[in-house]
Amino acid sequence: MQRRSEILIEALTWVASFIPAILAGAMISFLLFNGASAVSWKFITGFPEKGGLEGGILPAIIGSIYISALCMLMAAPIGIGAGTYLAEYAPENLFTKVVRFFVELLAGIPSIVIGLFGYVFLVHGLGLGFSILSGAIALAFMILPWTVRVSEEAIRAVPRDYRYASLALGASKWKTIRTVVYVAARPAIITGLMLGLGKAIGETAVVMMTAGMGITGYIPVSPLDSARTLPVHLYLIAGEIANTSESLKMAYGTALVLLALFLMVSIPSLMLRNYFTRRLYGDAG
Amino acid sequence: MKMGGGIISNRSLIAAFILVAAAMFFAGYLTSVLALSNMSQAGAKTVTKTVIKTAELNIRLNIAGSTTVTPIVEEAARRFSELYPGLKISVAAIGSGPGIKAVGSGEVDIGMASRDLKEKEVEQWPDLKPFRIAMDSIAIVVHLSNPVNGLTLEQVAKIFAGEIKNWKEVGGPDKPIHVITREKGSGTRDCFEHAVIKPFGKEISAEAMVQQGNPKVRAAVANDPLSIGYISLGFVDETVKPLKIDGVEPTIENVLKGTYPIKRNLYVITKGDPDPAELMFIGYLLSAEGQKIVEELGYIPLYSVS
Amino acid sequence: MKTEGLIKTLTFLCAGSSILIVFLIFGYTLLEGLPVLIKYGPSVLTGLYWKPYADPPQFGLLPTIIGTLSVSGLAISMATPIGIFAAIYLAEYSGGGFLKSFIESAAQLLVSIPSVVLGFIGLVFLVPTLAKFFGGWGFSILAGGIVLAIMTLPHIICISSDAIKAVPRDYRYASLALGASKWQTIRKVVLPAAKSGILASIILGLGNAIGETMAVLMVIGNPEVPYIPTSILDRVRVLTSTIVIEFNYAVWGSDQMRALFAIGVILFIITAVVNLLAFHILRGRIHAKKI
Repeated sequence: MQRRSEILIEALTWVASFIPAILAGAMISFLLFNGASAVSWKFITGFPEKGGLEGGILPAIIGSIYISALCMLMAAPIGIGAGTYLAEYAPENLFTKVVRFFVELLAGIPSIVIGLFGYVFLVHGLGLGFSILSGAIALAFMILPWTVRVSEEAIRAVPRDYRYASLALGASKWKTIRTVVYVAARPAIITGLMLGLGKAIGETAVVMMTAGMGITGYIPVSPLDSARTLPVHLYLIAGEIANTSESLKMAYGTALVLLALFLMVSIPSLMLRNYFTRRLYGDAG
Repeated sequence: MKMGGGIISNRSLIAAFILVAAAMFFAGYLTSVLALSNMSQAGAKTVTKTVIKTAELNIRLNIAGSTTVTPIVEEAARRFSELYPGLKISVAAIGSGPGIKAVGSGEVDIGMASRDLKEKEVEQWPDLKPFRIAMDSIAIVVHLSNPVNGLTLEQVAKIFAGEIKNWKEVGGPDKPIHVITREKGSGTRDCFEHAVIKPFGKEISAEAMVQQGNPKVRAAVANDPLSIGYISLGFVDETVKPLKIDGVEPTIENVLKGTYPIKRNLYVITKGDPDPAELMFIGYLLSAEGQKIVEELGYIPLYSVS
Repeated sequence: MKTEGLIKTLTFLCAGSSILIVFLIFGYTLLEGLPVLIKYGPSVLTGLYWKPYADPPQFGLLPTIIGTLSVSGLAISMATPIGIFAAIYLAEYSGGGFLKSFIESAAQLLVSIPSVVLGFIGLVFLVPTLAKFFGGWGFSILAGGIVLAIMTLPHIICISSDAIKAVPRDYRYASLALGASKWQTIRKVVLPAAKSGILASIILGLGNAIGETMAVLMVIGNPEVPYIPTSILDRVRVLTSTIVIEFNYAVWGSDQMRALFAIGVILFIITAVVNLLAFHILRGRIHAKKI
């Protein structure tokens, strides 16, 4: 009797643990199946027509890449800097605890509140208007806790012996960090940053409220231009598609391209991350 | 245990990172320049006028308002900026009411509306100047599979007021009616209420599902076999079925003849007299080319262009 | 030598920037939202009608708050059992190696999947399916709950599995040595020991659910005048979706826009409290790892 319920429980947990993988796989193949026919060269390089129900999504693709790249350029250095401080220099005192607490707090702020903030502070307060710059800064606020967390973890994970050896050879602390710790933590930091990039690519509400909805028939050039990103575009046309029409394929195609972009960044970093975590932690992680 | 990646120095990695990001910027810049030059070449070939090199101008026009007018203005903006590449026009479809507020308060340059200005609006912003760019009507639409072909005006009013709740009461199957309406700021909703609901002394039911904008109403009706909604005549396409009202089909001829009960004007609105860029664009909308766009998209042009 | 000090200062500033940013966010949001909160008082929280276009406008959030709670509550109740079971598997039964990292990666992936994509799939697949099954609109609390559950699941799995892993091995050995079976050990020894970590994961998941925007927005229906729901199949509004929907329609500086900021303040406070709670619980227990 006991044996049977044991096996049952184990089976249940096994099934439960596969649910995330099944869900992710189902969603990806659902989009692939329905959207693959929409993705053509014309789709990727064309402009939206008829309010997005026909044509292509080039401005949105460029907008996405532009904003995410700019966001990372801002969030990565600050995140790595903060992570370095927390892992290397920070004494275990109240201030450090406060800093950690605020990082967690920032991480927990709903994206839409950050969007509202971006709107009042960046679009209106600083007078940047709906622009790529506003969007990138607001996105950077969102991603910052992640980059801090990732950097700190990666730096902490470097075995202390590395540092001792370097210091014993006469190197200063900063030189040690620069030439030893960063090098060892580099793979983890990079993969973590790439995961953060994935999050930035998928963010909708923040970008819509700070970068606006783009300029008709125009590809964003200056960082002060308003630009549309793929998730924003998807959201805007999602409510307007009739399930029986051609425009449905447009929406699926957009979702697929967005997903592809996201996966291109996330999957390699996840795989690399596992590989490197195993190298440093052994199999106990 | 070997240290990770010791051969490439940190410095060169940082350099690589900055290079990649810069490359992304340049990619965006180059593609846009390329795309722009391609477009103006195509534009120059197909248009008989001379293309004015306005790339140095860098003018922005912000337009916002009615979702009914948006397709016209968007298509016109697209073609217009091919002619004048320095002109950047952004169009936001937020509804007639918010559009009028936006142009009145100066937040945008041009507003779009699918109804006449209300008294309160004229009082608050006396310098608003509406320009009629097209005419339009409103069609009552249902799902393609719905067997009902027509209703009386009173039936329409009762359905939207929530008094008739089942399709069987009007000749359809025994199923509940899903009523879809526009949001309160919509010019289309105002016209609909004015022409259909208010004459019978009723109000649109609070149970109705609200969809913001013509495209969403059309999509909602196209996806729900039990639904009924109202959209701009220009938005009727093969995904929905328009109903006859009192036996009259919603066609452009019937609207012009006056046999179809709903007719309205579409406007673009400026605050005060339009400045040169706005004037150019409005002129384009009123020109033969602009009116051709109106006709192509299914609205009623101000004068005959074919 | 001087570079040492410089580096320390620079990195210190980077770390401190998060404090500055949080204050900026809270400050500006409060600045914009406070006038409405003062003008309309507690009726913002308890009022039954959200009518920004009425004359005078009404900004009652009670139905919306109930909507948020019901959708999030439903999501958590669906995600928690699955999440805990999955966490148990990861921590107790799986042999490690490839399978385990695969499952964990899949959870990581699900965590950051763009919420629009999830909402889109909900819109084109879940909503029509529910409409066919249950009749009605399809847009419902149920749809929102399912979508949110998918989004929250990975969080619960990650944190719970960390909590369970953190239970000292001796506990298990002792229990097994006394003759208990594996499941009995888990049920009576490990889980109670990991209780606070699991609780923290649920609370954090709830916070995430309340703050989630795009995915729920596209499937819950958003009636123009939100009403208090009486069934899972009712259409509702949530705090976050209200902001997005009305954002494009509200004029800058108007009461309506300020009311949206007031909602932002409420959201900020709710999620801050939730995070504080979970942080407090977690701090004592385990070193919070990758999420």
